[in-house]
Amino acid sequence: MNIHEYQGKEILKQYGVSVPNGRVAYTVEEAVDAAKELGTDVVVVKAQIHAGGRGKAGGVKVAKDLKEVRTYAEELLGKTLVTHQTGPSGKEVKRLLIEEGCDIRKEYYIGFVLDRDSDCIVLMASEEGGTDIEEVAEKNPEKIFKEYIDPVVGLVPYQARKIAFQINIPDQVINKAVTFMLGLYRVFIEKDCSIVEINPLVVTGDNQVLALDAKFNFDDNALYRQKEVVAYRDLDEEDAKEIEASKYQLSYISLEGNIGCMVNGAGLAMATMDIIKHYNGDPANFLDVGGGATEEKVKEAFKIILSDSQVKGIFVNIFGGIMKCDIIAAGVVAAAKELGLDVPLVVRLEGTNVELGKQILRESGLNITAAESMADGAQKIVSLVG
Amino acid sequence: MAIFVNKDTKVIVQGITGSTAAFHTSQMLDYGTKIVAGVTPGKGGTEIEGVPVYNTVAEAVRKTNATASVIYVPAPFAADAILEAVDAELDLVICITEHIPVLDMVKVKRYLQGKKTRLIGPNCPGVITADECKIGIMPGYIHTKGHVGVVSRSGTLTYEAVHQLTNAGIGQSTAVGIGGDPVNGTDFIDVLKAFNEDPDTHAVIMIGEIGGTAEEEAARWVKANMKKPVVGFIGGRTAPPGKRMGHAGAIISGGKGTADEKIRVMNECGIRVAATPSVIGETLISVLKENDLYEVSKVR
Repeated sequence: MNIHEYQGKEILKQYGVSVPNGRVAYTVEEAVDAAKELGTDVVVVKAQIHAGGRGKAGGVKVAKDLKEVRTYAEELLGKTLVTHQTGPSGKEVKRLLIEEGCDIRKEYYIGFVLDRDSDCIVLMASEEGGTDIEEVAEKNPEKIFKEYIDPVVGLVPYQARKIAFQINIPDQVINKAVTFMLGLYRVFIEKDCSIVEINPLVVTGDNQVLALDAKFNFDDNALYRQKEVVAYRDLDEEDAKEIEASKYQLSYISLEGNIGCMVNGAGLAMATMDIIKHYNGDPANFLDVGGGATEEKVKEAFKIILSDSQVKGIFVNIFGGIMKCDIIAAGVVAAAKELGLDVPLVVRLEGTNVELGKQILRESGLNITAAESMADGAQKIVSLVG
Repeated sequence: MAIFVNKDTKVIVQGITGSTAAFHTSQMLDYGTKIVAGVTPGKGGTEIEGVPVYNTVAEAVRKTNATASVIYVPAPFAADAILEAVDAELDLVICITEHIPVLDMVKVKRYLQGKKTRLIGPNCPGVITADECKIGIMPGYIHTKGHVGVVSRSGTLTYEAVHQLTNAGIGQSTAVGIGGDPVNGTDFIDVLKAFNEDPDTHAVIMIGEIGGTAEEEAARWVKANMKKPVVGFIGGRTAPPGKRMGHAGAIISGGKGTADEKIRVMNECGIRVAATPSVIGETLISVLKENDLYEVSKVR
């Protein structure tokens, strides 16, 4: 799960990590009032969407007076921003962060991320702040420094100090930078983050160490114990079908094609997309119904696929292990009967209770094309969709 | 022979009183697995499917001399269940549970250092040595005893590969699901090492997916050490970057973890990669034939 920059900064403040003063605004009037309250000479108007690259896309404006704040707020609210992370359709700006401007002496990068090779959290830092860190990693890997964190003792001050010296933080603010990193690590652990990135972290002319931006990503598996984080969820930023799917713990991702897929198991679901593409079809979605799906859940999954107007055909590919074929079959039949089925449906069933499943499909009276293997099923649905 | 489990392995089911665990306990018993005990705190003294239930893993081990456990405990309590099993000094712990918070697994992984226990999973289908011992949730009927080892990050793709082999008359030694999470107990290399040393295994199928670099590292290990042919498949060739494809670990981030890169490295290291999931079995068979292993691998 992702959150907005201003929400991330609210969390940081709770942990003693310094951020510029700012207010969120949903309307132009709120933006102007927020700027008045801040009372600084320069105010930054920042579009709040769940995607990076906002600056380059024109989503961050520096205003020198209240009139400019009004102009920029009018311009940004309701505008669709297209960045390298939004996809071509972009995202509509509905919230702004109005923040005091600051005198930037230098920009840095600080991030915490799970490192899969060492199975621990790693602190990454660079003095090449403000730019895309992936670009730095590619062009100047020697400018990225890392500290691996033992989960028993956590991030310890000497590690943070080492990093601060490596990225050439000015001597006068070393201790502030250390406090900043220790606080940030506590946020990561206590909020079950999977990524926290501060890019840029800035040292100001008056020797403050501030998080100018804040990117958070949380571990979806831990949301059950992070009520405060869940309260930050912004449904406007998510795909409507993905929201519906998440209500039923279905793993669903919208894609661009026209063949709806319902599969059990993430690996098989990915492989099903791959094989449809291999036979020159185009999947409309990734959908893993999971292991413990009930008939009800399968029915909802099928409804979500049918609700996509792009879908011109459906391929159900099931290899039952923990998932039983008869439950899938019953769910598919119930959904198709309730909603009507006016697109071709190809079903491949194998695994636990397969005979029972096939029987339910046969006796349903629905127009279902049976497939013997996933290759067979993929070819059939591709030719049916045409 | 085979690896990790055999007909003598005595198994505890943790969380046995849950409905999924009870169903699969009966499936495992039907397959012939020696399920000797169950554990559910507070349900000690009862029975499930004729299996005695204990309150703690330590007690179950003391009473039954079990050496392995399988965990079906719900995600919020699963890390605790793994730690309890490790503390009871079991040789093998297989965690089926999905959706365990990753920071819980980071701690578990640290706790495992220096311990004798091998953890497989979490978020995996389990381990099966055909006709001897099935621990987990895989459908038993698709497996046939034989000489091909299977190791995979994906449960359902393991079934797919095994099914193709069985249909083509090629049996399996052991199939191991290592799970789709970013932090897991046993990786590809651990399993490849075991297959390399197992005289019953003639060749190996390795099934990976997008995300991380475990497949690349395994491929390099194969090139340097493996005495047996390895065939591969990578799921998620058409997955869009930045999206988690169901498995917590299946994500292309920062341009890393793409299927194309994994396939490139595997090919470079002498692993033939199946073009589609439907031809994993065929690809293996052609490699067996090239290595004069086909006849000895056929089911008689």
